[in-house]
Amino acid sequence: MSNEAGRKLDRYLKDNAAEARRENAAKPGKVKKYRSARLSRWRGRAVSWLYMAPSLIGVGLFFVLPFGVVIYYSVINNPVQQEYVGTANFIRTWNNNAFQLAARNTLMFSLIAVPLAVLLSLWLAVIMESRIPFKSTFRTFFLSPMMVPIASVILVWQVLFDHNGLVNVLLSRVGADKIDWLKSDYAPLVIVLLFLWKSLGYNMILFMAGLSSVPKDQIEVARLESATENQIFWKIKVRYLSSTIMFVVIMSLINSFKVFREVYLLSGDYPYNSLYMMQHFMNNTFRTLDYQKLSSAAIIMAAVMMVIIGILLISEDRFGRDLEQ
Amino acid sequence: MALFRKKHRVRNIYEPDYRRYDAISDRKRAERRRTFRRTIAALVFAFLFLMPTVLTFTNSFMASSEISANYGSIFATNTSGGRVYVSKTVNLKFIPDMVTFSQYITVLFKSPEYLMKFWNSVIYVVPIVIFQLFVASLASFGFARYRGKVKQLIFFLYIVLMLMPYQVTLVPNFMVSSRLGIVGTRWAIWLPGIFSPFAVYMLTKYMRRIPYSLYEAASIDGAGEWQIFTQICMPICRGGLASIAILIFIDYWNMVEQPLILLDNEEMYPLSVFLSRINAQEISLAFAVAVIYMVLPMLFFLYGEEYLVEGILYQGGIKE
Repeated sequence: MSNEAGRKLDRYLKDNAAEARRENAAKPGKVKKYRSARLSRWRGRAVSWLYMAPSLIGVGLFFVLPFGVVIYYSVINNPVQQEYVGTANFIRTWNNNAFQLAARNTLMFSLIAVPLAVLLSLWLAVIMESRIPFKSTFRTFFLSPMMVPIASVILVWQVLFDHNGLVNVLLSRVGADKIDWLKSDYAPLVIVLLFLWKSLGYNMILFMAGLSSVPKDQIEVARLESATENQIFWKIKVRYLSSTIMFVVIMSLINSFKVFREVYLLSGDYPYNSLYMMQHFMNNTFRTLDYQKLSSAAIIMAAVMMVIIGILLISEDRFGRDLEQ
Repeated sequence: MALFRKKHRVRNIYEPDYRRYDAISDRKRAERRRTFRRTIAALVFAFLFLMPTVLTFTNSFMASSEISANYGSIFATNTSGGRVYVSKTVNLKFIPDMVTFSQYITVLFKSPEYLMKFWNSVIYVVPIVIFQLFVASLASFGFARYRGKVKQLIFFLYIVLMLMPYQVTLVPNFMVSSRLGIVGTRWAIWLPGIFSPFAVYMLTKYMRRIPYSLYEAASIDGAGEWQIFTQICMPICRGGLASIAILIFIDYWNMVEQPLILLDNEEMYPLSVFLSRINAQEISLAFAVAVIYMVLPMLFFLYGEEYLVEGILYQGGIKE
């Protein structure tokens, strides 16, 4: 392409715009008069930043700038003296008993909840893929917990898992001992059930879409080659699902860090030890307004999240589908 | 050879080829059996998934005496009055002995504090949904219309922010809010909600699917950026806006973390936090309040299930 062609195009566009202007001259609507297409593009580029401005200012003000302050607070000794202390705050937070307990519990919860969430929702998606009747009704049923506020159903969880609750009634009928579920080491399991109830539908939708994108002809060929259903599932479908599986794993992991909501609604500010989550630690630190501890804890959490997000992005890249597109 | 013979064999209708017949029906039978098993599994799951919601709903029609008779052993630990009959074990009932609206009448007309908290929830959520969508649609248009290295970087920052849990984001939010002096006011909930990067991420992904030639054509026809935005981009994104609105709504309708930290007056708490603090005397009301609380999201769900599914798929990056 030469300069000439570009000029030709410019002239053509100009003529076109002139024509449009002439056409629209009688109409009340506004038509922008640009000298050339390149200028209009440049202006558009500048204007596009204007469109982004409200969001940029808001995000900058409420998330990015204060995060700088958080970093600042994490390396000084206190807001009055403001002396640089290096990593002392981080070490203090890291060695804090409550922080360790919260981190351990949150990690423990994720380790139980995430594999269950992924496997069960994949299974549900496989069920939904086969020729069962009333498919769309089932989908509605499975998805409905996502829209039910947790606060509305905690009563049912209390009825089920209280010391005198239904589960214990059933257990005692079998002859087992009563367990005070929410005040025992089994408490995370109760929360895992709530977490699964809430999130399986979401994951299932993702897996269903993933399964429907598996090429049909490959399955057909495998069938002709007399592959068993198991082989077809593990060797073909799971392979095509790998990026979806990765996404669901990471999303479940991130959501499992947010599980404080459920715990708080079920057992309040001071839950049993095994339910003391990261957000509890943060809430209690907020109460004392210990900025140093808050900041260093937030930064440690952010660092962990960055690692997880990094894994997500790298794996998305490797499997060909980019979160960033 | 076998193929050849089969093709030319005169079909004997009196003596069907049993081998062939059995082979087909074996596979069919296996599939039918599998489908049956899966239907049963789906039914079991459906029961488990619906049970809590349905139970909350039906129990809200029980009289308070029936509630305390059924669940008294759980909730009535602090009550002083011993006149009501309290069963030793819990009694899970799907269908009330007598359907009564007395709980609803009490909640709606006699005890205004529940409606106040419900109203609080509405006041927090509605502006957040509307303005987050507004800010985000402008911003995503900026992100999607022209691209560049810097924008790519900023967009990546948005993704990271979106994925951060509240443990991380609430600390900076709190610091700014306390500097601005809005801690304890509604603005402390509204402003971080409105500028949340979630909707920007979702809408940008949606808008990037609009072919660039469409913008180009409009701009050649003399449309300005604003006209392109309002008359081309927005009408295409209508479905996406609905999906995202549902996702934002349900997230903020459920909010617990923000009010606990950013508000200090319990009068201003939304219903989600308040529901967990209903004391034992009013436990019979709790089911009715719970139902009132889930009516709105359930209605959105019933009317917008397709949008919800679409929204999930956009988030998952499958629909690009």
